[in-house]
Amino acid sequence: MMDLTVIWAAIIAIAVAAYVLMDGFDLGIGILFPKFRVGRERDAAMNAIAPVWDGNETWLVMGGGGLLAAFPLAYSIVLPALYAPLIAMLLALVFRGVAFEFRWRDPNHRRFWDFAFFAGSLVATFAQGITLGALLQGIEVHDRAYSGGWWDWLSGFSLLTGVSLVIGYALLGAGWLIWKTEGPLQADARRFARPLVPALVVAIAAVSLSTPFLEMQYWQRWFVWPGLIVAVPMPLLIAFVAFMLWRSIGRAPDSHPFLWTLGLFALSMAGLAISIWPWVIPGRVSIWDAAAPHSSQVFMLIGAGVLIPVILAYTAWAYWVFRGKVGDDGYHAHGDH
Amino acid sequence: MAEGETALILARAQFAFTVSFHFIFPAFSIGLASYLAVLEGLWLKTGKDHYLDLFRYWMKIFAVAFAMGVVSGIVMSYQFGTNWSVFSDKAGPVIGPLMAYEVLTAFFLEAGFLGVMLFGMKKVGRGLHFTATCAVALGTFISAFWILSVNSWMQTPTGHTLNDVGQFVPAAGWADIIFNPSFPYRLVHTVIAAYLTTALAVGGVGAWHLLRGDRGPQVRTMFSMAMWMAALVAPIQIFAGDLHGLNTLEHQPVKVMAMEGHYQSHPDGAPLILFGIPDSKAETVHAAIEIPKLSSLILKHDLDAPLAGLDTVAKADRPPVGIIFWSFRIMVGIGFLMLTLGLWSLLGRVTGRLYEWRWLHRFALVMGPSGFVAVIAGWVTTEVGRQPWVIQGLLRTSDAVSPLASPAVGASLVAFVIVYFTCFTVGTLYILKLAGKAPGPREGAPERAPIRSAGITPAQAVQEGE
Repeated sequence: MMDLTVIWAAIIAIAVAAYVLMDGFDLGIGILFPKFRVGRERDAAMNAIAPVWDGNETWLVMGGGGLLAAFPLAYSIVLPALYAPLIAMLLALVFRGVAFEFRWRDPNHRRFWDFAFFAGSLVATFAQGITLGALLQGIEVHDRAYSGGWWDWLSGFSLLTGVSLVIGYALLGAGWLIWKTEGPLQADARRFARPLVPALVVAIAAVSLSTPFLEMQYWQRWFVWPGLIVAVPMPLLIAFVAFMLWRSIGRAPDSHPFLWTLGLFALSMAGLAISIWPWVIPGRVSIWDAAAPHSSQVFMLIGAGVLIPVILAYTAWAYWVFRGKVGDDGYHAHGDH
Repeated sequence: MAEGETALILARAQFAFTVSFHFIFPAFSIGLASYLAVLEGLWLKTGKDHYLDLFRYWMKIFAVAFAMGVVSGIVMSYQFGTNWSVFSDKAGPVIGPLMAYEVLTAFFLEAGFLGVMLFGMKKVGRGLHFTATCAVALGTFISAFWILSVNSWMQTPTGHTLNDVGQFVPAAGWADIIFNPSFPYRLVHTVIAAYLTTALAVGGVGAWHLLRGDRGPQVRTMFSMAMWMAALVAPIQIFAGDLHGLNTLEHQPVKVMAMEGHYQSHPDGAPLILFGIPDSKAETVHAAIEIPKLSSLILKHDLDAPLAGLDTVAKADRPPVGIIFWSFRIMVGIGFLMLTLGLWSLLGRVTGRLYEWRWLHRFALVMGPSGFVAVIAGWVTTEVGRQPWVIQGLLRTSDAVSPLASPAVGASLVAFVIVYFTCFTVGTLYILKLAGKAPGPREGAPERAPIRSAGITPAQAVQEGE
């Protein structure tokens, strides 16, 4: 029998992964933004994401809304537990979201909005990383509600995951720019990508090595047979992808640094999935504890089954329309000044 | 005040603040997206350039408004969990799927085609671009459909049952939940409100430029289209609002009692209180100006029909009367002013003075932002009118809140206020700046179309250099 709860866990996981990969590169460009030269470089960097950022961010709403719909108990425990980082993320996203439009509207205050774009991207990313770490390290639950304190999310581990995600998104952003731009901006992006590759490998190693010490569950998952089947080759795979990524910077085709970075993200997320499964709040609430009733799952699955392929099709089409390098002329057809 | 009570009040203030701010932008972008689709359609059909000029002109404003709507909307999808976790847990199985459908059918549609609509004019053919514009407009409407279904279910819940952990779960079919009793009325009333709000904003901008002596075809077309909307749609809206009110009387009579200021029951014909000062302590409306028996006539279509008052409702189950009494009157008052504007514009049209009648233009200018006020007032009426319930009759607001400490909620409320006022005030100023320039024929001229963003030319780059 097909277990709809498992299918829904997979759909939510895919939505979160889609969000991380898609909004990751435009948040990353925001993180790198102050490093680009004022003027055409910044404009081109912005134009490389202007037509797609809104769609990318919709996956975040899908993750939040989907969690509420499919796992309402998890939604109602996790969100209060991560109150501070989530509110910080939302406010940061407000700042960087409006900056996309505002920097073109008001050249006199463009520096302020460029800063808002950078700071918003950085804070949002850092907060997302903290959220991940806080979830992994565990959340206190009592009687269907969060029962911990207001600073439980803050720990050395959650700060580590926060920093790691900033590095990861920055590398995704650099990879996207290598792919989508040319000339000095592309050269700059290559220059930024170089140190980020070893930094990300170190970050992945640090998070991977600390995770098993957070909960016995993780330790057993990874270091007791059959977990060793994955645990042993995983570092080798990461090392291989990181090497290929390093090699691809600076040589054609320009798409490869971005794609290899996606590979690193995919491996990391697979590792996370192995650690967490089948819990939605590690050690406390399993996906079956948190699942919405069968009728809710069925009703949504009909829609998701039909609509997600359609969404992927027109999203791919929108990316296809804006394929190729970002020219000097810019897509932004409405800067009237 | 008890700790929990302070946190509750702060959480309510935060939700009221974020949702009211958010609501302004969709109210504008639902109408504006459709307006843009109509403009582009007219341009494709007639080939007249001033339609394209207007399309480009309003698209710039749409882009700014839409960005603010998106970011304030993302906040909403997380506020349910951060501040109202008990509500999320209990109502999630019913409202969650509806919101998931909103994301799947509306948000992705809007976001997916918005990029092509804003930036793809030269990348895709005219037909495809028009399709993208229509997709965005359709997305805004579908979004309204789902979220108003959710809100209506909270007002008039049907089709649910309780499971053994106290969650509301679907009882039978989803149609009973989606098409709950107040939903059709709320959907019609709210979507028309969005169209009217946009029409009045467009009309106000047109009037501004007419007053400044610009009578080009772009300005005249924009003003004329807006005034047709006011003349035709304002009466429809008043009619739809009346039906919505009757529906509320049937399903949420207490809300209507508060709207009407009826503290006492009226066994033989209730008066319509036009104005007055409601006093919930004394349970009376001071200095009331009232028309005898008119309320019974409107609500029951019978002068002598009895109407129950708040004296039939336990005090703990009453909404705060003062806010609702006034927000309702503000909404209705503006509705009739809109009707006046529509009729006046018809008179101007008949006498051939539509583009010359300065007092008409001044009135239209003043009415420009009125739709936003009416929309917020209406929202306050229906939401505060549901109190003390978050799900009418089933779950109290005070039982729905997250286990929050007031410093956390208070600090985040302050942060929301600061960020929203900074970003959205500035955004509104940018919109006003854009609207302050007259739409000219240059708007659509090819050499101006992909306007080089500042900083592209070396001179500007130098100017901007650090």
